[in-house]
Amino acid sequence: MSISDTSRARTSLPPGIRLAIATGRSLGGHTSAVIGGTLVVLIALTAIFFPLFYQVDPLEQDLLSRLTPPVWQEGGSWAYPLGTDNLGRDVLARILYGSRVSLSIATAAVAVAVSAGTLLGLVAGYFGGRLDNVVMRVADVFLAYPFMLLTISVIAVLGGSLINLVIVLGLADWVVYARTVRGSVLSLKQREFVEASRALGARHRRLIFRHILPNILSPVLVLATVRIANIIIWESGLSFLGMGVPPPDPTWGRMLAEGRAYISQAWWLVTLPGLAIMITILAINLFGDGLRDALDPRIRKTAG
Amino acid sequence: MARFFLRRLRHTVFVLFAISLISFFFIHLSGDPVMLMLPADASAEQIEAMRERLGFDDPLHVQYLRFLGGVLTGDLGNSLYYHVPVMELVLDRLPASLELALAAMAVALLVAIPVGVLSAVKRGSLIDFGSMLGALFGLSMPHFWLGIMMMLLFSVTLGWLPTSGRGTLAHLVMPATALGVSLMAMFARLTRSVMLEVLSLDYVRTARAKGLSEALVIGQHAFKNALIPIVTVAGMEFGFLLGGTVVIETVFGWPGLGRLVVEAIFNRDYPLVQASVLVLAMIFVLVNLAVDLIYGCLDPQIRVFDEGEMK
Repeated sequence: MSISDTSRARTSLPPGIRLAIATGRSLGGHTSAVIGGTLVVLIALTAIFFPLFYQVDPLEQDLLSRLTPPVWQEGGSWAYPLGTDNLGRDVLARILYGSRVSLSIATAAVAVAVSAGTLLGLVAGYFGGRLDNVVMRVADVFLAYPFMLLTISVIAVLGGSLINLVIVLGLADWVVYARTVRGSVLSLKQREFVEASRALGARHRRLIFRHILPNILSPVLVLATVRIANIIIWESGLSFLGMGVPPPDPTWGRMLAEGRAYISQAWWLVTLPGLAIMITILAINLFGDGLRDALDPRIRKTAG
Repeated sequence: MARFFLRRLRHTVFVLFAISLISFFFIHLSGDPVMLMLPADASAEQIEAMRERLGFDDPLHVQYLRFLGGVLTGDLGNSLYYHVPVMELVLDRLPASLELALAAMAVALLVAIPVGVLSAVKRGSLIDFGSMLGALFGLSMPHFWLGIMMMLLFSVTLGWLPTSGRGTLAHLVMPATALGVSLMAMFARLTRSVMLEVLSLDYVRTARAKGLSEALVIGQHAFKNALIPIVTVAGMEFGFLLGGTVVIETVFGWPGLGRLVVEAIFNRDYPLVQASVLVLAMIFVLVNLAVDLIYGCLDPQIRVFDEGEMK
């Protein structure tokens, strides 16, 4: 096992970095992970640094150039590379700003879900008994309650501010992590290295965070890449319904909703923001597939 | 066997109870439910009158018991917007949503199973690569965007299909396909990996060694066993489809429960939102229960495994 080899060699490094090194090594051989990973990095860099190269205000209206088509179509111009919407706002600038909204909400929501889910899963699996029972019963309810309905009904009452979306999407999603982590902890608990350090008198905190946590990071990582794609899709869905981040901040979902009224005159308004969502999700999914193959030897054997 | 059923039933009752609690508190989420239901400029007397009329001045547990009684008798109050019982509205819209979800499931399975089996059998071929690439795209498209793209192509450009409404098969094609595509992709992947696993098992090798034709081995021996996980996942994903109808019904103006919820949210018609969400969640739970019970009957291994895990 490459992961335990590297961890023995670099015990001084924190577990996260050790995992990153081991993951990076085993990912090298997976084409889809390399392509997906490169795309993800490019998209993230674009979302962060685009103002250095493209300084158009996404809110500025130019009513004289309403519904200008993209540059490659007749009537388009370089002033608006991807055209304008019904208020004459620049579509490219709005898509670029929209990427920030989508990516930051999704990343923050996944961070909330991963921390809550991992912690609860660790505690439930490690201590077992009544605590485990309570956590898992609550998880059952969350699983039984349709995810989308939960977020919709909460957002409907609380409103779709950035922070509400992060909390609601994050809390709706902790269950998958908690269940996975708990399952792994249950089997790790029986392993010799954990029993050995318990016999040596290690405290619970040390056992959980030094010995068990590093060994469950890779399934959590695989899960997080799959779920982040879901959360981006669902955030854009909420935004499409008018329950996302409120205007005037441009979001991919709301751009699609606004463009729908002009579907017969301006194809680019309903096509391009969706394309941005799809490319982002595609990159994440490609990366996630490669990551899973690289980190899960069981799958590697059957799916090759 | 009986113990398995009893435990599942007990579990379901517990979940239903929790769902009723969540739905009840949903209305209290923002603090004062009465303020949600009245315009911002309502006078103090109006607020007080509304509070009394809807019983929000009683202690919480009394309100909850009354709500629970309402759930059991199917009386969840009146819509603030339409002024008719909310259950009437919900039950009126429910068939359209079920129709859409079932059609999406049918589209997904009808395409995904043959594609998945073919990919597994022709593993590594161009067909396999192509379908798995297609599946990756299917998983990466937001279904509402796919719906809009289909509308752009088939309604606006080609003029073949109606953009909205319900009634004929032509109305159903686009929303059902758009809603079903991500499931289709998921099922194609699932079918492929399950088939690959089954095809490598001993009994399949034995069947081949006996000299059975390849079609018989794949169709009779392998596929039958691959079907069990597919059916289970299909049951579990049905609830996902019901949730997905919320957005797709808005895109295609489909007169179902999903669009009702969205409209109710914008009308601040909270009793209607509460009832719709409650009914959808209950259907979801009951479908899962049915799948579990059927599964338990089909495959005794699950019961044993499950009992071991629960300890």
